[in-house]
Amino acid sequence: MTSLDSKTQIVVVGNGMVGHHFVEQLHQSDANVEITVLCGESRLAYDRVYLSSFFSGASADDLALTTPAQYAEWGVHVFTNALVTDIDRDNNKVTTSEGQVFSYDKLVLATGSYPFVPPIPGNEQEHCLVYRTIDDLLAIEASAAVSKVGVVVGGGLLGLEAANALKQAGLDTHVVEFAPQLMAVQLDQAGGTVLKDKIEALGVKVHTQKATQAIEAGDTCRYKMVFADGTALETDMILFSAGIRPSDQLGRKSALTLGERGGIVIDNHCVTSDPNIYAVGECALWDNKIFGLVAPGYTMARTAVSHITGGDAEFAGADMSTKLKLMGVEVGSIGDAHERTDGALSYTYLNQPEGVYKKLVVDSEQKHVLGAVLVGDTSDYDTLLQYALNKIELPEHPESLILPSSDAAPALGADALPNTASICSCLNVTKGDIVTAIEGGCCSVADVKGATKASTGCGGCAALLKNVVDNELEKRGVAVSKAICEHFDYTRQELFHIVKVNGIRTFDDLLAQHGEGLGCEICKPAVGSILASVYNDYILKASHLPLQDTNDIYLGNMQKDGTYSVVPRVPGGEITPDKLILLGEVAKEYNLYTKITGGQRIDLFGARVEHLPDIWEKLVAGGFETGHAYAKALRTVKSCVGSTWCRYGVQDSVGTAIDLENRYKGLRAPHKIKFAVSGCTRECAEAQSKDIGVIATEQGWNLYVCGNGGMKPRHADLFATDLDTKTLIKYIDRVLMFYVKTADRLQRTSVWMDNLEGGLAYLQDVVINDALGINAELEAQMDTVVEAYQCEWKTTIENPESRKRFRQFVNSNASDTNIQFVSERGQVRPATEAEKVVGKEQFIPVSVV
Amino acid sequence: MTAVQNRLTPEQAVQWHYVCKTSDLVTNSGVCALVESQQVAIFSLKINGETQIFAISNYDPIGKANVLYRGLLGSIGGAPVVASPLYKEHYFLETGLCKEHDDVSVTTYPVKLEGSNVFVGA
Ligand code: SRM
Ligand SMILES: Cc1cc2nc3c(=O)[nH]c(=O)nc-3n(C[C@H](O)[C@H](O)[C@H](O)COP(=O)(O)OP(=O)(O)OC[C@H]3O[C@@H](n4cnc5c(N)ncnc54)[C@H](O)[C@@H]3O)c2cc1C
Ligand code: SF4
Ligand code: FES
Repeated sequence: MTSLDSKTQIVVVGNGMVGHHFVEQLHQSDANVEITVLCGESRLAYDRVYLSSFFSGASADDLALTTPAQYAEWGVHVFTNALVTDIDRDNNKVTTSEGQVFSYDKLVLATGSYPFVPPIPGNEQEHCLVYRTIDDLLAIEASAAVSKVGVVVGGGLLGLEAANALKQAGLDTHVVEFAPQLMAVQLDQAGGTVLKDKIEALGVKVHTQKATQAIEAGDTCRYKMVFADGTALETDMILFSAGIRPSDQLGRKSALTLGERGGIVIDNHCVTSDPNIYAVGECALWDNKIFGLVAPGYTMARTAVSHITGGDAEFAGADMSTKLKLMGVEVGSIGDAHERTDGALSYTYLNQPEGVYKKLVVDSEQKHVLGAVLVGDTSDYDTLLQYALNKIELPEHPESLILPSSDAAPALGADALPNTASICSCLNVTKGDIVTAIEGGCCSVADVKGATKASTGCGGCAALLKNVVDNELEKRGVAVSKAICEHFDYTRQELFHIVKVNGIRTFDDLLAQHGEGLGCEICKPAVGSILASVYNDYILKASHLPLQDTNDIYLGNMQKDGTYSVVPRVPGGEITPDKLILLGEVAKEYNLYTKITGGQRIDLFGARVEHLPDIWEKLVAGGFETGHAYAKALRTVKSCVGSTWCRYGVQDSVGTAIDLENRYKGLRAPHKIKFAVSGCTRECAEAQSKDIGVIATEQGWNLYVCGNGGMKPRHADLFATDLDTKTLIKYIDRVLMFYVKTADRLQRTSVWMDNLEGGLAYLQDVVINDALGINAELEAQMDTVVEAYQCEWKTTIENPESRKRFRQFVNSNASDTNIQFVSERGQVRPATEAEKVVGKEQFIPVSVV
Repeated sequence: MTAVQNRLTPEQAVQWHYVCKTSDLVTNSGVCALVESQQVAIFSLKINGETQIFAISNYDPIGKANVLYRGLLGSIGGAPVVASPLYKEHYFLETGLCKEHDDVSVTTYPVKLEGSNVFVGA
């Protein structure tokens, strides 16, 4: 095909995602070709899939897939604003709107598609826009700036993305859909309903079954949309997202064969009815289908490159399954979502309160997955897709695949996938390709990514890729590194074991015997915490001090300006008036900002490092102890007022909370630990969001474990019911010590539980039935820690050497002049950089109100 | 035995300031000294059994607070570093360069010992 003496001239029309992929692939093939790219837009190819990120801060440069310099380096000639208007097939020439003429040996049409705008009278007005290019985005941004209300016409995938963009731009946003449901292509009716509920809960109004008849001048807004059912909606701007149409005008003009409803017809090699012209991407029609996704377009591009360079790749259709997040709502659709296959059967799971809907479509023999719909939770997507694509035989109870965390759910291990399984559909990488890469020497996910390009497209396959790579490496006996840092080749759990078994008592000994280098801010505090969990020595002992995070060294949390917070323990949240008065006095004396915390105690902020010992001296004298707010340790045990006062209380929740807080205070752990105790089932202490939650019953206590608030809330699991107080404490001792021994560094109990093989049932078996035979040891370990408790602040202020650490300067009693305060609502707050007075002493005096 | 980081060339004139006794330093940790109204963080590290002393500016240019002496010490590929207590960037004690940001660094200062007296050059 390629003549020897002169280079084959390849002209590519359109530099969208697919056109660019074609150029990249052809360049990499090393074929003897000269490539010219005619680009209809004013900029080179960019990532249309991530177009919406423009509204969350991405710039046009962030979205760019290439640069003029890159193309120049590849020797590719590229012209922007070069809209091709004619193809002269007899003389192999194309002409642009500027009148430039280019000759080709092979012509590649990658002209994509354009948004369909329904023929509604009034649709041509200034604030009626579409959503396809960066220029469209700029127009939308400009329009949104002078609008209050925005409507998206079309409730499909792109329409919802567009609605999200309007929402982010601060508009009162509506979606108008002709069909009775959202995303009718990918979802069934029930899935569409759940999606609608979720999206409306986010503040976007959805109007289904509305056919727009006219766009007229509005009364309260710029426009009024009039619907066929006689209703109307006022809006300032309208975004049409009612489907796409192939950009096939060039094909039509030059008499290439087109489909009945448009699209340039191609064969399995992506060749059009003219053997010298190819079509790829969204302008191409294969088997009467247009593929509106990027992955099939990329496959077409590779197929065309293969054909041009003498290869024999064929395009064989593409899977149109999709998984995406729309306004934070997870949506997935696989294969035959509408049960169109003869004899198809389905399983559905609907959880209305949480807005989760899942449908699994299987064949009549219940052997194979045909399709699936997932709304609100797509965690099963990867597994289901692999079942569908690779015709993997279903387990006995197919419904277990979509039921929430049923113990029977057979997670599809990477091992079960055949080598032909597609892992990354964007870049067409199979499990076999990954295995080959690993056999060729790759030994990490990063290596495999580099070698196969897997996971460099939409990124949706990242988790699956890691799974396959780790699995293959483990099979080959390659240890997948779980080392905590460059200084120790062990996990936290292994280090705990080493410390315990060898009786190691200092970091230096551990480093000398089992590590290298000087340590770092990852391994030092981790080892400090392990040593404390095992021995509970004074943490500022000379050998332990350098291990502690700054907060632990100064026994306070460092604030943004270098000052500290002071949080005394208030067990169970119960505090006497005298103690309240003392807190107030100390705060006044040292000019500290005071605030009630979310943990039922009082935080004093803005303490200078050199004042900490004096402040604590006064607090300790008044009966306070450290609250460990700075430590990975027990924080608070919250309580509700309970049976003593409350007319519903059935047990003394305050008393129990105080006892529990006093028992476990000072226990250092992989992460912080929080408790709460509620006096009855009304649960005013929110115990079910705590690591350890206790709720009173008529007979005793229900124990909940491994709850979490914070970044990823998790409800605690009910562990045991109607316990007497002694058994309650025994179980908590065991659960906590087992956690301390086995969890990873900085792993809250919630994450620990989620990763514990066997989950809740296993933990119950260990703690209640002593399945591992370690309960005596766990309890003894807890007793050691409880007995060794000391208030670190009391020990510190009593020791002149330790007090010396709390100085700003070794050689001066001056204070840090960069710490400055201003007054706000009658208290201090840190001065902003702009408010600071350079070199000025102390703070601007606070007006006391 | 104590080695001292002294990165001075002979021609550089330096004003030495006495700051403290070696016993005021804390092994594998830091203290801060006020030298000519500049805040200087002084670290004492035990490396292969030998104590080395480093001095850098105490001002964290990213957190914008005088806190570096309170950071955790460690090593990256063998080179000693301090991690800022605020946002955990690492500064190489020998050069003052920030590992995470090419364009950020802190001043380093020479240190010398005379008997048990510690001097910083500024
Ligand atoms: C002071 C306080 C906010 C307040 O004004 O109320 C607070 C303040 C801080 N929280 Fe908190 N949290 C406070 C209650 C909470 C709560 C509510 C509770 O305990 O009931 C939560 C959610 C519950 C939970 O943890 O499950 C909470 C979830 C977090 C998290 C996220 C933890 C997670 O697992 O996702 C962090 C970050 C971390 O620990 O890594 C955090 C970290 C922090 C830090 C330490 C951030 C930092 O490094 O500077 C804050 C410093 C406090 C200080 O300087 O004294 N704080 N924090 C509350 C102190 C409670 C106390 O008396 O000790
Ligand atoms: C907001 C949005 C979100 C999307 N999200 C996803 C997603 O999550 N997953 C997914 O798989 N797909 C998604 N898509 C679809 C995906 O972007 C397209 O499948 C892909 O861009 C198609 O590539 P293409 O090169 O065929 O067409 P395009 O990217 O449209 O490129 C065609 C280019 O050709 C130019 N052109 C047209 N006619 C001429 C001419 N006569 N002369 C010169 N140049 C011409 C056009 O100006 C355009 O630049 C999304 C699309 C949009 C708009
Ligand atoms: S929520 Fe964030 S900002 Fe507020 S106290 Fe907690 S950590 Fe600090
Ligand atoms: S599937 Fe899109 S990057 Fe792999």
